[in-house]
Amino acid sequence: MDLALFYYLLLGFAVLMYVVLDGFDLGLGILYPWFKGEGERDHMMRSISHVWDGNETWLVFGGVVLFAGFPAAYSELLATMYTPLIIMLIGLIFRGVAFEYRFKSHRSKPWWDLSFFLGSTVAAFCQGLILGAVVQGVDAGAGATGALDWLSAFSVFTGFAVMVAYALLACCYLVLKSRGAIMARAAHLGRQLVVAIMVILAIVSLWTLMDNAEVRARWFDGLNFLLLLPLPLLSALFGWLLYKDLDGKPHETRPFWLAVGLFIMGFIGLVVGLFPYLIPHRLTLWQASAPDSSLLFLLPGILIFLPLICAYTLWGYRIFAGKVEDFEEGY
Amino acid sequence: MELDAAILSRIQFAFTVSFHIIFPSITIGLATAIAIWEGLWLKTRNPLYFQLAKFWIKPFAITFGMGVVSGIVLSYEFGTNFSKFSELTGPVLGPLMAYEVLTAFFLEAGFLGVMLFGWQRVSERLHFFATCVVAVGTWISAFWIIAANSWMQTPAGYEIIDGRFEATSWLEVVFNPSMPYRLMHMLLAALLTGTFVVAGVSAWYLRNNRDQDFAKKGLSMALWAALILAPVQALVGDYHGLTVKEYQPIKLAAMEGIWPEREASVPLLLFAVPDMENETNHFELKIPKLASLILTHSLDGELQGLKSVPADERPNVPLVFYSFRVMVGLGVLMIWVALLGLLLRRKERLYEHKGFLALVNLMIPAGVLATLAGWYVVEVGRQPWLVQGLVRTMDVVSPLPAERVLFSLTLFVLTYSLLLCVYLYFMAKLVRKGPPDREHLEQHLIGVNAPGFALEWVKDIKHQKAEA
Repeated sequence: MDLALFYYLLLGFAVLMYVVLDGFDLGLGILYPWFKGEGERDHMMRSISHVWDGNETWLVFGGVVLFAGFPAAYSELLATMYTPLIIMLIGLIFRGVAFEYRFKSHRSKPWWDLSFFLGSTVAAFCQGLILGAVVQGVDAGAGATGALDWLSAFSVFTGFAVMVAYALLACCYLVLKSRGAIMARAAHLGRQLVVAIMVILAIVSLWTLMDNAEVRARWFDGLNFLLLLPLPLLSALFGWLLYKDLDGKPHETRPFWLAVGLFIMGFIGLVVGLFPYLIPHRLTLWQASAPDSSLLFLLPGILIFLPLICAYTLWGYRIFAGKVEDFEEGY
Repeated sequence: MELDAAILSRIQFAFTVSFHIIFPSITIGLATAIAIWEGLWLKTRNPLYFQLAKFWIKPFAITFGMGVVSGIVLSYEFGTNFSKFSELTGPVLGPLMAYEVLTAFFLEAGFLGVMLFGWQRVSERLHFFATCVVAVGTWISAFWIIAANSWMQTPAGYEIIDGRFEATSWLEVVFNPSMPYRLMHMLLAALLTGTFVVAGVSAWYLRNNRDQDFAKKGLSMALWAALILAPVQALVGDYHGLTVKEYQPIKLAAMEGIWPEREASVPLLLFAVPDMENETNHFELKIPKLASLILTHSLDGELQGLKSVPADERPNVPLVFYSFRVMVGLGVLMIWVALLGLLLRRKERLYEHKGFLALVNLMIPAGVLATLAGWYVVEVGRQPWLVQGLVRTMDVVSPLPAERVLFSLTLFVLTYSLLLCVYLYFMAKLVRKGPPDREHLEQHLIGVNAPGFALEWVKDIKHQKAEA
């Protein structure tokens, strides 16, 4: 198999794992203003305090796969996206430390709530902004690092889109992990967010189709449209099921998986438009890839450790499976 | 002075990496200590060990959190601020860091949840296993990042094809000449850092007449550890210096303040004020021939000096020179404290001697400071090179507008200053709160002895009652 293509898929896997796992995790922070009680916020924090670190590791993994597999793309992309990346990292710092300090504080607790909310929100927005800028493509060559190409109407829109998507995922996660009033509110919010996300998906799709001739060709040339038709259809189906599932006495686990399904559909749609580019119009995965010596050296590590990582991550989630309890637990 | 993006990027990287290294060097030592205590508790059932593990896991947790958030920044900074560097060296350094994530970061994160929050959900043995995995994870992480750093100091096993590095032998890349000693030196430094944090905090309790049994056990164990680790560290550091002499003679010349092209019978400078402009030292306080003896094992051995290379290939000599003395000075102090501890122990005055306890108390940050100073020697000493002899730092920074880097640097300085205050505040708060009392722990043990399914059972009853 084509090694560069394998690493491209691996990168995709890492990004998908990150947005799903850290998605619900960041989403809880975004939802904070809708859950005002201290007890509720304790509860939300407790539902992820044992996994946030692992979830964020996927972001580091995505970064190093890009670094090891596609150094040319890593260097250019990161330098070009300098400011939003730095702000995202600062956001992640503020939300990350809130986990430890919030439970150990008394007077300063509201500040940690704010830190968690703002950090999560800013990080999610920046991720969406970067995503939008990547999809749109950064035009200039070497001068790109000086320009502000990442700031456009489209990228700001995708920034908000990612916030909504993460918040939706977080609602579904809360339905899975909590009981009573919190669960009901999460389901209620989730229904509104499903509607929002479906509208957003439609707008983003149309926007890229109109903006970008290559994406248009990818979708409408020959029989492509028929091949790709399941994507929008499945998305619509998932959205509809999700909307129904969150109604009344919501189903416990299914909404979360449906939301994950929506994420996967959206992500595949994204890759369909981008492939085989890492930086649209300029750098394909083959042009950016590291030499075979590097890719081959890393290969056994990935084949051995990635399944192991998935196994013990799953084990960790199973140990803490079920609803969150509101009593002191842990260290 | 006009703003220079390259200088700002370098300041930013130096600042963020210095801030980061504080935390891993504490957690490597603490994780190891906690694993040892938990193991001893399982073996002896002495509640003191359990108390030690349960107390230190809290400072460990907040330190670990700080390490995680400040570490993520670094994995992206190579690209954001040193884009050309990452493109040139990515094929060699990228896979090393990918291995670090695969074999260490995920491992630590995966088992940390169980270690911190799983006391009531898994059996004692499984919990101990999780603690050990986290501890081993911190070691593995050090292995890979030291390999990557050492390769930049003493590159090996590569060739340059089309202007970028490619590995020809991964064995030589990973185990490059300076890697084994640097790894040992860093791991020992981390263990010593943790050791002196534990010793210092225990001494604080003793000075304030609190939690005597707990503090005595902690202090005693830490001082035994220091008695072994500190002298071994001096030995390893000495051997490490020999590889510096061989592969990075200019760094060594800066460490020792040697100016002539070649000098025989080099004295050991205890103190001096290096003057880069006039290429000499002022106010030298020296021991004749000792540097030659240490580094060449002969009294009239020759060493290469700074003037053997043009001025633009020399590092900032005073910074390297002073940092080296801070590191060595603290190391020697640690050895003395450990020996003094041994002496007082034999006289059975270890826990009473007020002056000694105050000294140990003051030594809490000694490990952190020595580690930082050591890294300044390593990193500043290599300049102007980023990859020794091959890539100059100034040639590979990202072509960013200076204001943008100034903006991010300002953000980092503000954020990190705030975080450091918060971290110290909460550490102090945890220490003042003290260890959990043993009765509380015994109640806790009931939970520990009841693995997950029993907890589920209790929870179900609770909720059935609530619903009824």
